[in-house]
Amino acid sequence: MTTLTEAPPPLAPGPAATDEKPPRRRGRLTPYWLLLPGILWLLLFFALPLVYQASTSVQTGSLEEGYKVTWHFATYWDALSAYWPQFMRSVLYAGTATALCLLLGYPLAYLIAFRAGRWRNLILILVIAPFFTSFLIRTLAWKTILADGGPVVGALGSLHLLDVTSTLGITAGDRVLATPLAVVCGLTYNFLPFMILPLYTSLERIDGRLHEAAGDLYAKPFTTFRKVTFPLSMPGVVSGTLLTFIPASGDYVNADLLGSTDTRMVGNVIQTQFLRTLDYPTAAALSFILMAAILLIVTLYIRKSGTEDLV
Amino acid sequence: MTKDRGGDVRLSGISKTYGSFTAVEPLDLTVPQGSFFALLGASGCGKTTTLRMIAGLEEPTSGTVSLGDQDVTRLPPYKRPVNTVFQSYALFPHLDIFENVAFGLRRRGIKSVKKQVEEMLDLVQLGEQARKKPHQLSGGQQQRVAVARALINHPKVLLLDEPLGALDLKLRRQMQLELKRIQTEVGITFIHVTHDQEEAMTMADTVAVMNAGRVEQLGSPADLYENPQTTFVANFLGTSNLIEAEVDTHSGDEIVLTAGGGKLTLPQARCSAPTTTGGKVVVGVRPEKITLTHADDAGDIPEGRNRITGKIADTSFIGVSTQYVIDSPVCPEFEVYAQNIDRDTRLAPGAEVVLHWSPAHTFGLDAAQSLLAGTVGSAGVETAEPEAGVTVR
Repeated sequence: MTTLTEAPPPLAPGPAATDEKPPRRRGRLTPYWLLLPGILWLLLFFALPLVYQASTSVQTGSLEEGYKVTWHFATYWDALSAYWPQFMRSVLYAGTATALCLLLGYPLAYLIAFRAGRWRNLILILVIAPFFTSFLIRTLAWKTILADGGPVVGALGSLHLLDVTSTLGITAGDRVLATPLAVVCGLTYNFLPFMILPLYTSLERIDGRLHEAAGDLYAKPFTTFRKVTFPLSMPGVVSGTLLTFIPASGDYVNADLLGSTDTRMVGNVIQTQFLRTLDYPTAAALSFILMAAILLIVTLYIRKSGTEDLV
Repeated sequence: MTKDRGGDVRLSGISKTYGSFTAVEPLDLTVPQGSFFALLGASGCGKTTTLRMIAGLEEPTSGTVSLGDQDVTRLPPYKRPVNTVFQSYALFPHLDIFENVAFGLRRRGIKSVKKQVEEMLDLVQLGEQARKKPHQLSGGQQQRVAVARALINHPKVLLLDEPLGALDLKLRRQMQLELKRIQTEVGITFIHVTHDQEEAMTMADTVAVMNAGRVEQLGSPADLYENPQTTFVANFLGTSNLIEAEVDTHSGDEIVLTAGGGKLTLPQARCSAPTTTGGKVVVGVRPEKITLTHADDAGDIPEGRNRITGKIADTSFIGVSTQYVIDSPVCPEFEVYAQNIDRDTRLAPGAEVVLHWSPAHTFGLDAAQSLLAGTVGSAGVETAEPEAGVTVR
């Protein structure tokens, strides 16, 4: 940027060149001016609430007497020991949903990127189409789909799969609604596009000639996928799984609408603490623990997948 | 290297059509084992499609591809003993140079690849770069990796799809010699696709000139250059001066022709067209075969040479040679290249001159073709390649 603005126009006459000095100085500040709205936005809606929540989490008191900062860090330990099952459940459900999204999304993204031809844009629109309806409405629709006596229960029942899923503990009796299966289904459904789109983008960028080169070098089609296509799509896999896992682990709508008290995730606990119990310190502490846990998992994950330079 | 002919590449009646477009007309071609074979032509002439059909990346519409005695027409690429150096190299960006080169060996289940890969990297002088990623190498180095990655598999045939197209001129020259050296060293059949006539001529033993999905002419570079059979070949390979002439008389092995009032002699053996008295023939001569003499000295020209008079329209001094453009009644822009041994200062624009050359350097072509086929700017020829002798360094 600066080198461009500093280079004088080759044909500019002498006096014009001196006239250009003030705009040049202003030009140097331009990047900062352009950054300002973003920085303000971050300060106002991210940094400030974060500081506020951090202070809330170390307050003690009651609703009637008001809360005071007493550096009461024990709240964290209390919250964690009281709600660790919900934490574990969040990680488990979000992890399962992410894995399912990857399994469902990868073939579809592959198809769109390499095989769809002129249908490519149509399929992409269909992937995004659900966003035209409210998240809540779509989740409520799953309530009908999974309802007792509904099509899914009927199909699973006639295939005698409900007995299997019940034994596994992911459904209860002849119900699908209000079970872990329903919550995971809801999460998978709602976050699937966040998996497909990054996968598609990274697959689409792969040069088709690399597939030809692999074939030419004695790689069978599946080997080509394993050794060339999949490694090259890792940036998409990593960003897709992050975009799915992070919001899914903090989600409470799916567990609220499709689950039961036995499927409560940490998001539901935070919601209850904030809006029903009005125990603000515990709710804030839980939020911070969740944030720390996600950060830890994500860091380990990125390290493990060795894609720092690819993301 | 073994001398059995089991490694010949044989294409029989092979063709490729895309809908109503014919990329390759039914084609028969045999590439002998161990030869350096070039498919030369402008873009869209079907040379790359032909190569891809040998590689198995494209399925022929008709015909068969055989390697030695084996019909490989229906074999997928990964089952063919053939490797390709792709135009854009197509190196695997996520693998380092070592793993790129080892790729083919590993796919065939060879466990200890280290020694072979290191030897191959030494052959292409990249031993130091083994642990770098492709994007960290220069174009020329990437090109050598692509060659090493293909050669390490000891294919029966190595296919090169415009492998030097992305390199600058100087590097291209260097790589041409390098590839030629490697080919001599390993003795594998190379089939090289290029649109650069100079590249084809420097490297290949045999060149097939392709135009509009057909092979126009096949032969050694010198043969193609000296005895072109079509105007396309005459113009596409180097430069030719083409004159429309009429057959006057036959005398022994020579044909006497009339062009613009003058008489030209053409050896019967160097004429690829039917010559009936009174019929038309295109006569050609290469610019460097012509001697230029000032009109005042016309008497010194030996008897028996073909001669044409004209006026110098333009001269350009190249260093090793001077190029003249001469306006002549038989041909508006006659090109003559003269070596700068003793320069005649009278040979300046406007001077009246006599152009003369040995009849043995004349070739005759069928008059029923465009004189402009294969020239720069005509259909199918897109790039202005530097002409022979105008080597820009």
